[in-house]
Amino acid sequence: MWKTVLRRVLIMIPEIIILSILVFLLAKAMPGDPFTGSIGPHTSAAQIHHLKEAAGLYNPWYEQYWNWVVHLFHGNLGTSFQYQEPVTRIIGNRAINTLWLAVFAMVLTYAIGIPMGLYAGRNQNKIGDTIIRVYTFVTMSIPFFVILVLGLWIFGYVLGWFPTTGSVSATANSGMATTLSRLQHIVLPGLLAALFGTVNIVQYLRSEVIDAKGSDYVRTARSKGVPTGDVFRHHILRNSLLPIAAFAGYSITGLLGGSLYTEMVFSYPGMGLLFLNSISYRDYTVITALVLLYGILNLFGTLLSDIILSAVDPRVRIQ
Amino acid sequence: MADEENHFLKIEDVSTAFKIQGKYYPAVSDVSLDIHNDEIVAIVGESGCGKSTLATTIMGLHDPAETKIGGKIEFEDQDLLTLNEDQMNKIRGAKIGMIFQDPLSALNPLKRIGDQIQEGLDYHTKMTEAEKKARVLELVNQVGIPHPERVIRQFPHELSGGMRQRVVIAIAIACKPDLMIADEPTTALDVTIQAQILDLLKDIQKENHAGIILITHDLGVVAETADEVAVMYAGQVVEKGSAKQIFDNPLHPYTRSLLRSMPQKDSENDDLYVIEGSVPSLQKMPQDGCKFAPRIPWVPASEHEAHPTMHEVEPGHRVRCTCYKNFKFQDEA
Repeated sequence: MWKTVLRRVLIMIPEIIILSILVFLLAKAMPGDPFTGSIGPHTSAAQIHHLKEAAGLYNPWYEQYWNWVVHLFHGNLGTSFQYQEPVTRIIGNRAINTLWLAVFAMVLTYAIGIPMGLYAGRNQNKIGDTIIRVYTFVTMSIPFFVILVLGLWIFGYVLGWFPTTGSVSATANSGMATTLSRLQHIVLPGLLAALFGTVNIVQYLRSEVIDAKGSDYVRTARSKGVPTGDVFRHHILRNSLLPIAAFAGYSITGLLGGSLYTEMVFSYPGMGLLFLNSISYRDYTVITALVLLYGILNLFGTLLSDIILSAVDPRVRIQ
Repeated sequence: MADEENHFLKIEDVSTAFKIQGKYYPAVSDVSLDIHNDEIVAIVGESGCGKSTLATTIMGLHDPAETKIGGKIEFEDQDLLTLNEDQMNKIRGAKIGMIFQDPLSALNPLKRIGDQIQEGLDYHTKMTEAEKKARVLELVNQVGIPHPERVIRQFPHELSGGMRQRVVIAIAIACKPDLMIADEPTTALDVTIQAQILDLLKDIQKENHAGIILITHDLGVVAETADEVAVMYAGQVVEKGSAKQIFDNPLHPYTRSLLRSMPQKDSENDDLYVIEGSVPSLQKMPQDGCKFAPRIPWVPASEHEAHPTMHEVEPGHRVRCTCYKNFKFQDEA
């Protein structure tokens, strides 16, 4: 088990190095440089040349890369053109917002999806399963943003139960009030995101349970005289949760990556919205930082999935 | 038979029909068999003839919503077909053990070998944890697995096919059942391991005085182990008798074809006999008349019975239909 984890972590080191080189080179290839936003119309070409030279922009790429990496380790990702603020601070603020929403949505997704999937699989073709299947098909056939806009309209505007924009009320001043206000802001988008997110889990889990029910090892368990309930608990449950558990690692990436649709419709200032805005404003330093961050998150997500899988599935462990 | 009193599994006119698109089609029809202590009864037939369905019917492993089961299965003074799930759970694993065909898929990939063997003991005995552990080690030893202490902590994928089959056997015999149903126990194994597994089954039987139903399509295995043989075709028993009767004096055209399609070491002919055609699917099965008739088309219809029944030709030796009487293979005719 620990050998598997260690091996996977060691593999990640070259992956991260290659990723950072790629991101750096892509950033270099983008038009403009760090001075594009700060030079006035009367700055001469010689001055620009001077500034660039002082900033080391004429050095070979590997020296520049090394400098970039050193800055990276000091938490210096440059300054945003758009906000004129350090990139780390901008991302930091947004990451907290996204984390609130995403953790809430994810917990809800699994809390609803797993029992529903298990129930549907166990009671295949019975009335409860049929209702759940209708729910998944309907939800799946409606585009996600339509669900979001409808939810926003009904519960936000018509009924007025939830706030429709932002992540926290500007009037909240005490710590408690801020927390409550935050929660109030994430309930509706989180619920809608969970409603949509459960569909995959339910359908996947349902078919996993049905597969497991018909499997030879379940027949063996029944032939030992194990009662139906125990067969379900000891043999079907764990085996069919396996792929869901493994997938949980990847969802962690989504936690910080943010949901573009949800954040856009609810004007929720999270990572997804930041990424989209940075692209439309060509805020290169932010884009570069976000791409690097997403890349590393993805690597960690896969690592986490592999660790979870090796913890629950003995077949994956390396001897 | 002389020891008619001694039988403890009596299968009477058992039929099992599966629901396919709303209609029931019989996979096993009117099968009657007796199994005694210390006896190995082989059920032989090609794929799709209903052998395994019969086994799972005895075990009560069919989904009652999708199957219709008729007849009587008398086992130790009760009719298994009238028992509910809880009552069956007390018999499954405790009094009837089943050995499955594919030992890899028959074991839970996520559970340790020891736990899987112990599971039956958990439900059928009042042993303490330590006693169960000791019994599991004893079982693993008994089925001839080396390094029992290590193996019980391993997972199925870490064992070879032969070892896995031994584990499946250990599971089936954990509670010393009176009856063992072995569904193609050697099919997934190579020949040398096959012989070891068959010897193991016979040893266990001698020790426990159990009856064994051995389901196989391998006539070599039958000749080596069985006392009684029932030949099944298309869900019916077409011939039944002692192993000696079946091998020395096969009567039904199907039995004779099966035996003829076995490789013989002293045969001058390199070509094996092939029974033309295949077992029809459940939906296409002829409902009346001799079900084997379509595969021996050169035999005139007058040779068959309209509603074939079993005929006793000598004590204990029974054949279905009358087409056996003047049967000749096409190349002999």
